[in-house]
Amino acid sequence: MALMPISIVLLLSNFLSSTASGQMLQLSIPWVPSLEIEISLVMDGLSMLFALLISGIGALIAIYAGGYLADHPQLNRFNLYLLSFMLAMLGVVLTDNLITLFIFWELTSITSYFLIGFDHEKEEARKAALQALLVTGLGGLAMLAGLLILGEIGGTLEISELVANGVLIRRSPLYVPALLLILAGAFTKSAQFPFHFWLPNAMAAPTPASAYLHAATMVKAGVYLLARMNPILGGTTWWFALLSLFGGTTMLVGALVGIRQTVFKRILAFSTVSGLGTLVMLIGLGTDQAVQAAMLFLVAHALYKGALFLVAGIVDHQTGKKDILQVGGLAGALPMTAMAAGLAALSMGGIPPLFGFIAKEALYESALHMGYFAIPAVVAVVTTGILYLGMGLLVGVGPFLGARPSELGRVREAHWSMWMPPLVLAGTSLLFGVRSGLIEHTLLSPAMKSIVGYRFPTHLGLWHGFSFALVLSLFSMAMGVYVYLRIEDIRRAFRPFDEIVHEFTGANYDRCMTNLMAFARWQTDLLQSGYLKNYLLIIFASTISLTTYTLVSRAGSFSLPFDLPPVLHEVILVAVILAATVSAVFQKSRLGAIATLGIVGYGVALIFATFGAPDLAMTQLLIETLTVILFVLVLYSLPGFTRLSSKGHRFRDAVISIMFGALMTTLVIAALDVQFSPSISAEMARKSYPEAHGRNVVNVILVDFRGIDTMGEITVLSLAALGVFALMKLRPEKEEEV
Amino acid sequence: MLSLLPVLPIVIPLLSGAISLLFWRSLWIQRWIGVGGTGLLLLSTLRLLSEVERTGILSVQIGGWAAPVGITIVADLFSAIMAVLAGIIGFCVAVYSWYGVDERRQSYGYFVFLHVLLMGVCGSFLTGDIFNMYVWFEVMLMASFVLVALGGTPMQMEGAFKYVTLNLVSSALFLAGIGILYGVVGTLNMADLSVKLAQTADPGLVTTLSMFFLIAFGIKAAMFPLFFWLPSSYHTPPPAVSAVFAGLLTKVGVYALIRVFTLIFVQDVVYTHNLILIMSGLTMLCGVLGAAAQFEFRRVLSFHIVSQIGYMTMGLGLNSRLSLTASVFYITHHIIVKTNLFLVSGVIQKMRGTGDLKKLGGLYKTHPSLSVLFLIPAMSLAGLPPLSGFFAKLGLVIAGLRLEQYCIVATALFVSLLTLFSMTKLWAEAFWKPRPDVAEGEDEPRSDDEPMCLTMILPILVLALITLTIGIGAETFFNLADRAAGQLMDPTEYIEAVMRTRS
Repeated sequence: MALMPISIVLLLSNFLSSTASGQMLQLSIPWVPSLEIEISLVMDGLSMLFALLISGIGALIAIYAGGYLADHPQLNRFNLYLLSFMLAMLGVVLTDNLITLFIFWELTSITSYFLIGFDHEKEEARKAALQALLVTGLGGLAMLAGLLILGEIGGTLEISELVANGVLIRRSPLYVPALLLILAGAFTKSAQFPFHFWLPNAMAAPTPASAYLHAATMVKAGVYLLARMNPILGGTTWWFALLSLFGGTTMLVGALVGIRQTVFKRILAFSTVSGLGTLVMLIGLGTDQAVQAAMLFLVAHALYKGALFLVAGIVDHQTGKKDILQVGGLAGALPMTAMAAGLAALSMGGIPPLFGFIAKEALYESALHMGYFAIPAVVAVVTTGILYLGMGLLVGVGPFLGARPSELGRVREAHWSMWMPPLVLAGTSLLFGVRSGLIEHTLLSPAMKSIVGYRFPTHLGLWHGFSFALVLSLFSMAMGVYVYLRIEDIRRAFRPFDEIVHEFTGANYDRCMTNLMAFARWQTDLLQSGYLKNYLLIIFASTISLTTYTLVSRAGSFSLPFDLPPVLHEVILVAVILAATVSAVFQKSRLGAIATLGIVGYGVALIFATFGAPDLAMTQLLIETLTVILFVLVLYSLPGFTRLSSKGHRFRDAVISIMFGALMTTLVIAALDVQFSPSISAEMARKSYPEAHGRNVVNVILVDFRGIDTMGEITVLSLAALGVFALMKLRPEKEEEV
Repeated sequence: MLSLLPVLPIVIPLLSGAISLLFWRSLWIQRWIGVGGTGLLLLSTLRLLSEVERTGILSVQIGGWAAPVGITIVADLFSAIMAVLAGIIGFCVAVYSWYGVDERRQSYGYFVFLHVLLMGVCGSFLTGDIFNMYVWFEVMLMASFVLVALGGTPMQMEGAFKYVTLNLVSSALFLAGIGILYGVVGTLNMADLSVKLAQTADPGLVTTLSMFFLIAFGIKAAMFPLFFWLPSSYHTPPPAVSAVFAGLLTKVGVYALIRVFTLIFVQDVVYTHNLILIMSGLTMLCGVLGAAAQFEFRRVLSFHIVSQIGYMTMGLGLNSRLSLTASVFYITHHIIVKTNLFLVSGVIQKMRGTGDLKKLGGLYKTHPSLSVLFLIPAMSLAGLPPLSGFFAKLGLVIAGLRLEQYCIVATALFVSLLTLFSMTKLWAEAFWKPRPDVAEGEDEPRSDDEPMCLTMILPILVLALITLTIGIGAETFFNLADRAAGQLMDPTEYIEAVMRTRS
């Protein structure tokens, strides 16, 4: 299982020297050229850094999952999802085409859905999976629109080419909409406040998935996108304001809510939210120092957070406890785990000589250099730093020290495949802390170059001499320990804050969903009411209103041809038909209605006869007679006629009917007026005898000119006969449910 | 033989139906004719498509009467694509019906009605005459009415009654429109109509008349606010019938809309096509909200048909080459995917005896391969990349953005999220959730699961593979759709093909 990620790591490291020297490797395969979709892979410093994190941590997670889910019947499915996710995530960071990027982006969402819902028989897991999918899906779709607008104003969908058009794009009137839409995607994916709530819920996923997707990689896709877009969209006031505001708020909210949690994974989830906020804020600040801090923090966070999640998983796996209050004194039973946990917790708290310390120093340093914004920035980051140490101690140190609760029973160290991965991650934190040069020039500065567009000097190290940042650092360490010691009070104190945040975010999501469902039911009941008469009413009303409106607004004036002198027998016929129609409406019995309708039919037949169409008149007479006879036969077996509709309804129906009749009459008369090209009937009449050898043109039309129509109608009749037979004979079996 | 190619998709089902009728007593022979006839239909349509692609638009003057006196059967790329889709669906459903439809229904002419239905569908796609289209609509309506009602359960009768009444209204409006149009223009041939209306002195009246066609076809296509017949009836007949309806019937309406609003009624596109656009947006929304309120497998799917129709007509409403391309692509994708979802629902219904989501569950655990076969069309319908639905929606969204129609683009995107929501509801309720009638820890009562049979699974598999192909090989299909849209946007070639006299 771990072989694939490992081989990807090896493959990537082949290219390390070229990306380190600032080269950009490209490979492009056209996919759907009609829509400018290409599978274009690009590898620069930023891609390399992310790709290595994804595949490197992926390898460790794969090993870990093998131990963690060893006796789970669906381990294979889990591995499949995990690997698919990894490939999708690699796709996100390696592609150069905006649409391909979106495709991979969505694939990470959907694999995440399957991973969060892995425990699919638990309702909580299903709900959390759906929530994550909907929140990131909504953002994703907004982002798609944003990316497409970006493509339109930038003239290309290739990121590397868009960079060249950055100035043009930022001046476009569509810049702000595009930016807002893209940020919606990045913020939902990277769990920025107020969209962060899905991330803590996503902890329903098995721990290896949480560690991998919801701490180390997927949630950083948004951060990646922002970093990638910085040369294209960055540098404006909008960019600065939105990113630092949302990022900063998320950083603080995540830390403040996280510190009062007691469930392992929830503490870690909120601190991840906070960490993502920090990253977004740093990219928004956009100074060289901030970008450097962002990249350092990115690596540090992936290492310690991944390790801590895996540790939480081990504790859960070995003891069955998910809450920090239920465990303690585990260091003896879980020595290797404890070592990994301790190192990771210290790195999270920013204690030297771990890599987290270097990242924190850089963070403080960049906050100090923010000019006007320095004071709020410093307050925010220092508060966060304090809380990080507190949380790190709570998760990584507390459970392993002190007395062991008696109900824990015997606890055994986990299988090596489980303790090895967190230990490697935590060990790497230590290694990079002591020897930061290892990654400074190979990974970090090439990545920074991709973000800002030029290379700037970096100098990493544990010791920078006495500076104000160091003072802040020492202060926050002391405060962090204090927070850890007074954690009971802090939990109580922060409780209302936690509730306010929930009310504003997660509860709002629930309300939205409930309201949406209620609205859906309401509108469906309204439209799809189940009553045929309502359906007919709506259809006729739409027909009348659409047609009348069009007639009035579009058709110019047309004169009604009243200049033809009416002939007496026509007048009488029309009068009879009208009278019969009106009488049919007011008949009290079905039989009466049918009979009067028959009169209408005969009247129409007579009109045909007077206009020289005896064939038609004959046909009409036959049909009318047959219809009336058939109706009478059928009516005989129907129950008596009762009025069910109220007076108001009947009035309404009458209005609709009269309007429809009036509309049809107007249209027909209008059509008479504007005969604008010679009809083909003259042509038919001319051809009838010489070419079709028939004197009766109606017959010729029916059987020759338009013979296929007749064939179709014959088919309809035969079908009707067959259908009646089948429906009469085939009665449902009693218990049939279909 | 070659010159008659466009007529074959009408003749083959007619003959298959007639021959099946001769063997009324032998189910065995009828089944084989079902599979064989639809197979031949598929082959003929494929041949037709490749011929149209190679040599351009084909036409046949029926009875040798040159247009506009006689009736012309004409196959342009759009028609040919639609015919191929009808062939694919016909064939897959015929195979599926072998065991998917109960013997009692089969012995009362199920296959005859299926063949005639396909004949009506292909006739509608291929005719070049507006009144002839009406005739094919009638053929389709009668065949589909019997199919909905066949079996005669009370639920079916109620659905069938609403179905036939509302569709008759559509027919009546269609016929009235044709009548008045003939009174004004004096011709029924669509190409001839196009030519003559281009010189009309009174476009306003023609636009007014076009409303009749918009409403009549709108009812057929199940657009807002005319869709009521669809959710009332689609869940009532056997799933195989729902599947063929879901794939083809509404799409005939969409086809007719696209045909007449690109060929005939182009006098006032700002008005008519914007109207179509507004209706499309509302269709998407109402459909998807309707689906959100349902808790039965096929009812959810039925409302989604409505919703998806909105996307197809959105391309028509935007009225650009790209948008029509996207529409054609969308129709192609949708027919395959939607039929497949109904086929899957049929398998589930057969296994568990219910489509009620509250009573379903546990399928992911017991039937992982069926789960995958459900996921492919479901995720494609929701527009997840890189499946076919994604490219269909992407095309529409790009077309909309280019025309700065931001409202409809936002609606389309939002609705696709809600579609995803619905599909995950089906997934979570029928597949993920534990079976409600099995207590925890107990073994699955496998005995009541009828074994899945190959003839039911195979069509699902084939359609799923087609979905994947359309997604991965989107370029080929997009290109074809693009050329079809080219012919629609500039009807000169179509008119020439119809009007040239063949000796």
